[in-house]
Amino acid sequence: MDNPIDYIGIAGNKPKGKRPYFFDDPAVERVLNITMAISMELAVARERVDTLERLLEDKGILTREEIKNYTPANKEIETERQQWHSEYISRILRVIQQSMEEIANPDKTLEEIADDIDQM
Amino acid sequence: MAAKNLPPTYDHIAKHEVFPETTHDERARYNFLANLNKHLAHVSQGNAVAFKNDVTPKFKEEHGRDFENKEELGDAMAKNLHYQTWSALRRCTMEMRQQAGRSMTYRQAAELTERVNKLNEGKDSLILNDEVSPPPYLLAVDNHLMPGSYHTELFDGDVSNAANYDGGLFVTTAGLLGKWSDGGGQAISQWVKENHPEFQPKRILDIGCGMGHNTLPIAKLFPDAEVIGIDTGRPMLRYGHARAMALGYENVKFMQVEASKMSFEDESFDWIQTTMFLHETGGKSIYNIMREIYRCLKPNGLTMHIEQPQYTDDMSLYEKWIRDWDAYNNSEPYWSKMHDIHPKELMEDCGFNGEYYMQIGAQAINDLDDGTQKADEPEDHGRSPIWNVFGAWKK
Repeated sequence: MDNPIDYIGIAGNKPKGKRPYFFDDPAVERVLNITMAISMELAVARERVDTLERLLEDKGILTREEIKNYTPANKEIETERQQWHSEYISRILRVIQQSMEEIANPDKTLEEIADDIDQM
Repeated sequence: MAAKNLPPTYDHIAKHEVFPETTHDERARYNFLANLNKHLAHVSQGNAVAFKNDVTPKFKEEHGRDFENKEELGDAMAKNLHYQTWSALRRCTMEMRQQAGRSMTYRQAAELTERVNKLNEGKDSLILNDEVSPPPYLLAVDNHLMPGSYHTELFDGDVSNAANYDGGLFVTTAGLLGKWSDGGGQAISQWVKENHPEFQPKRILDIGCGMGHNTLPIAKLFPDAEVIGIDTGRPMLRYGHARAMALGYENVKFMQVEASKMSFEDESFDWIQTTMFLHETGGKSIYNIMREIYRCLKPNGLTMHIEQPQYTDDMSLYEKWIRDWDAYNNSEPYWSKMHDIHPKELMEDCGFNGEYYMQIGAQAINDLDDGTQKADEPEDHGRSPIWNVFGAWKK
């Protein structure tokens, strides 16, 4: 029997009743909610890594001591890892990058651009 | 590092044939949420400090007097940043718990239904009735933020929310209800057995039984009794019945019956129980239900009701107010209103003799407590399994 349910959508449905917001600015609370969801997913990933390490250790493939003491063996690995951090941080802080670009290069609104295009 | 007060990991929860399958990451999500719930119980202690050191002095300075009612106090606290932060986090945690549980059960919705149907097929101990619909107080709100509440079926035979309820109680209470989430049912059945050994009930009714987690411990401790659980939520009844079958219970029945108009004969039960049910009813219905309980109870029969702690005159305004948090923000609105009724008066109004009224305190019997689940945790108002139990003998 196929699953008849769009479970991802259903899982996040709103319960009945107007949602209370506690902070003066609801936008802050939205960001908090998103941040907490990400915190949870980080904890989940962390637990998964812990599982992997323990299984690998149990199977005698490596020890967690080795993980603890691991350092990149060459420049290539160092670069790959640092590159990952750099990209990760850029993704998280995208909104700040864009506001800096905006400050450096004040832009027209899309309404203004629409008016411009209307004349093109 | 001495580990203290850590919630048990999710894998300690007891499984049965219709229990939802969980993946590694789903269990990890629940582990995170159980820990977050515990952590927030500590954060909630800051509310009392903020109230005492910040909110109260400010109010007194402005108004030249103390708070006179809960509304005034609530308005002042609502402006406090610590309270705002705790509230926002707690609401968020409840929503995350629902989402985590529902994504887990709805992804396997079809399999759950198949497993439940297989166990229920051909059994006369599950009695559904199309004529019975959920009462208006259940349709008005999704209790404790579970979208669709107890009655919604997204397809024929859907039991996903019931499975979500079963799988998630452990998380919301950080494991304090035990591995079967039945600490309430265990507490009341043991209390009856120990305190009234002469009482030998033959027919027991559990009203608002849901998925039967608190019904089964009664059936277990009173194996010679016929135990009937009633509810209006069909998914809960189907799932609860299958769960009971999977666990080998032979003296329980699950019936779709509405508590305020029960189809049972007068004086047909020795014991009528409700567990965390009455606060999810309504202001008129609670009287109708109690009158029905009186009608269906045999002379010398017992009725007991496990509820949240009663608001008493010696309880501070602050405590009454903070205990109302879940009512409004975890969507259990009648919880707050019910505190305006004195349980003794409720029972007397519905026919019981006040002379035989009783009130006891109860704490969940937690079979998961390995000694690290210390009771020196701060009380998480509305979550800690510390209850008020009221009831009466029908004499």
